[in-house]
Amino acid sequence: MVSAPKPTAAPVGPGHTLVADHAGVAGASPPMPARREPLQLSHVLFALPALAFFLVFAILPLIAVVALSFTTWNGIGSIEFTGLLSWKETLSRDSTWHGLLLVLLMIAATWLMQTPLSILLGAFLAGQQKYRNVLAVLYFLPLLLSSAAIAITFKSLLDPNFGIANGLNMPFLQQNWLGDSTLVWIVLLSIIAWQFIPFHTLIYQGAVRQIPQTMYEAAQIDGAGRVRQFFSITLPQLKYTMITSSTLMVVGALTYFDIIFVLTGGGPGVSTRILPLDMYLTGFRGNEMGISSALAVILVVIGLGLALGVQSFGGRDAKASQMEGA
Amino acid sequence: MRNFLFPRRSFLGAGIGATALTLAACGTSGPGGSGGSGGGSGGGDSASIWQLSGPPNEGIYQDSIDAFNELGEGTLEVTFFQNDAYKQKIRTAIGAGEAPTLIYGWGGGGLRTYAQESQVEDLTGWLDENSDFKARFVDSVWNAATVEDKIYALPIGATQPIIMFNNQKVLEDLRAEAPETWDDLMTVVESANSAGVAPISLAGQSRWTSMMWLEYLLDRIGGAEVFDRIAAGEKDAWLDDSVVEMGRKVEELVAANAFTKGFESMAADSNTDQALLWSNKAALMLHGGWTYGSMKSGGGSFVQDGLLGFGPFPTIEGGKGDLENLVGNPCNYLALSAEASDSEKEVAKSYFLDGMMTDDVAAAFVDSGSVPVIQGQDESLAASDDAEYLQWVYGAIQEAPAFTQSWDQALQPTAAEELLVNTEQLFLGKVTPEQFAENMNATLEG
Repeated sequence: MVSAPKPTAAPVGPGHTLVADHAGVAGASPPMPARREPLQLSHVLFALPALAFFLVFAILPLIAVVALSFTTWNGIGSIEFTGLLSWKETLSRDSTWHGLLLVLLMIAATWLMQTPLSILLGAFLAGQQKYRNVLAVLYFLPLLLSSAAIAITFKSLLDPNFGIANGLNMPFLQQNWLGDSTLVWIVLLSIIAWQFIPFHTLIYQGAVRQIPQTMYEAAQIDGAGRVRQFFSITLPQLKYTMITSSTLMVVGALTYFDIIFVLTGGGPGVSTRILPLDMYLTGFRGNEMGISSALAVILVVIGLGLALGVQSFGGRDAKASQMEGA
Repeated sequence: MRNFLFPRRSFLGAGIGATALTLAACGTSGPGGSGGSGGGSGGGDSASIWQLSGPPNEGIYQDSIDAFNELGEGTLEVTFFQNDAYKQKIRTAIGAGEAPTLIYGWGGGGLRTYAQESQVEDLTGWLDENSDFKARFVDSVWNAATVEDKIYALPIGATQPIIMFNNQKVLEDLRAEAPETWDDLMTVVESANSAGVAPISLAGQSRWTSMMWLEYLLDRIGGAEVFDRIAAGEKDAWLDDSVVEMGRKVEELVAANAFTKGFESMAADSNTDQALLWSNKAALMLHGGWTYGSMKSGGGSFVQDGLLGFGPFPTIEGGKGDLENLVGNPCNYLALSAEASDSEKEVAKSYFLDGMMTDDVAAAFVDSGSVPVIQGQDESLAASDDAEYLQWVYGAIQEAPAFTQSWDQALQPTAAEELLVNTEQLFLGKVTPEQFAENMNATLEG
């Protein structure tokens, strides 16, 4: 609720610089000098609640998890410090590497699936026409549902014997949706896309609406068609939004848990036992809290690394104008 | 959506700790909404209990607790949970010091860990003081509640052996009888497949459902002693030849498409496996005795019309196991949390005596189609609507040369989880019988 201000702040960011640039001298105006105010007591006071929350709900548990990863604990007994034992076990079990591979696959697949669709939908919904507003409302519906509810619903719909295929008497829908180790991935990715594309569409819609109309007018005068406008103006202008959305997507995919837990429980077998799920199952079903904590630490490190990596696509100067090339 | 508003990184960071907190926090206001359990009970004496949801047991326990609360010996607040969710939740709650006063469970390995960590009260002395109470229960129930000669839990509910159920109508259409040997079984599988019904209904995603097949296969092949050695933690006990042979039988079943299509993704908590049987879509189902009651209440008139057949697990040629050997849960158990306050413990003990398994509760179990673990039920069983089934179960329990406890309950929790993972893999053909034996054998050390 408090942390990660960077990504969430970004959609506002572009608008901000945009307006500044718009008002200022066009072209190569030097970036606005950052205003540095002396630290005041009121600043500290305002930040205090957020800091306190962050400390209690993010930093402290993180420290605790790191500490636990050097112990052996079954969840109810005494916690024994066993040095690197849990780490050794964690790194030597197949399940860890399998889960890591799956979660990386999950990240790549969700990004490839959701980003193009979100951008297209976002650009489409950015238009001010009435019918597009109506469609926008419909598209955003899945966003209102909780993951657990979505998972339970789809589990019933996809039930091999009593699912929608039987309900509507449509034999071609009668596949082993959740029991086939390949098909289950297509199903999972589709459901996750269905759930989260609306959110990313919302971000892109806002960003596209921020692109000044003058650019499109200029392009039209130069004879650029709609497709050319999309690739030469819309896409480059969405660079920072893409970074924001991608960060959320990548880190989000890294922690997908609820839907998979309810829908497949990691199955069939271990086909969908991605690392975050493996962490939970190892900790709360296998009662191996040491290993589970080590897995959590691995996830945190990968998550931070990926988030920083994606952010670095934005270039070194985060304050640089987006209007370059316009 | 939550994932986006609450940034992942903090979720991640909070990791296990926060999850534990959340789970534990849910404990005081979970489904069933009793509220105010856990911590000390300031005023009027009260205690808490968690129970499993689902008919018919949920109704029986609710009634028994309501009746107890009327007695004025204190108030017991009950919260109901789904089976699979409960198993994870209760352990987390105990670890977090948020356990309910009365801890419902299956005895065996799980209870042993609680006892070793002094999380549950030793009830041996209390039972000695109340020997009349103790004598009401059938003798066979105390074994799974005993850790190092001390009794840590009291029996509750009904005896639940695992039974080979069948759909009489489907079998009749196939011109088959309930299978008594392995060859019979394979014949039924074949003819069911060619007739277009599922031979065997199985909710494979729940894993312990597939495990029930392993339990009986191993028993029939190697006898009850093989698992006795495993449960005792004897070196290389899993490497017994009959374990591999058991795995081969599973391979044989899978190769013959014996299990219903899509069994990999069916979960027992939704009872779709039972629905397949009572809706004439499957011929056989190996399941716990408790499903008789839930099919009776949930399966239309299937049970009432006498279409539900039942019998022992088939024997296997050349195998050592007796047709009369049983596996399953001797019964369920209630343990008393060591963390509970004195007043909570008093209420809980009053409930043991005057609420838990009174004659009314025993009668309610008989009505629901199960055999309560109380002595001297012969008459009420004979008078029941389900007399045929109940008397068969009662007889089977009395005569069984061996009654092996469900493996996932008999083993320590970590080994049990490893067992369930490997069981699922075996049924999916992802590990060979040899790998299964080796993976499981690795859990015996340390």
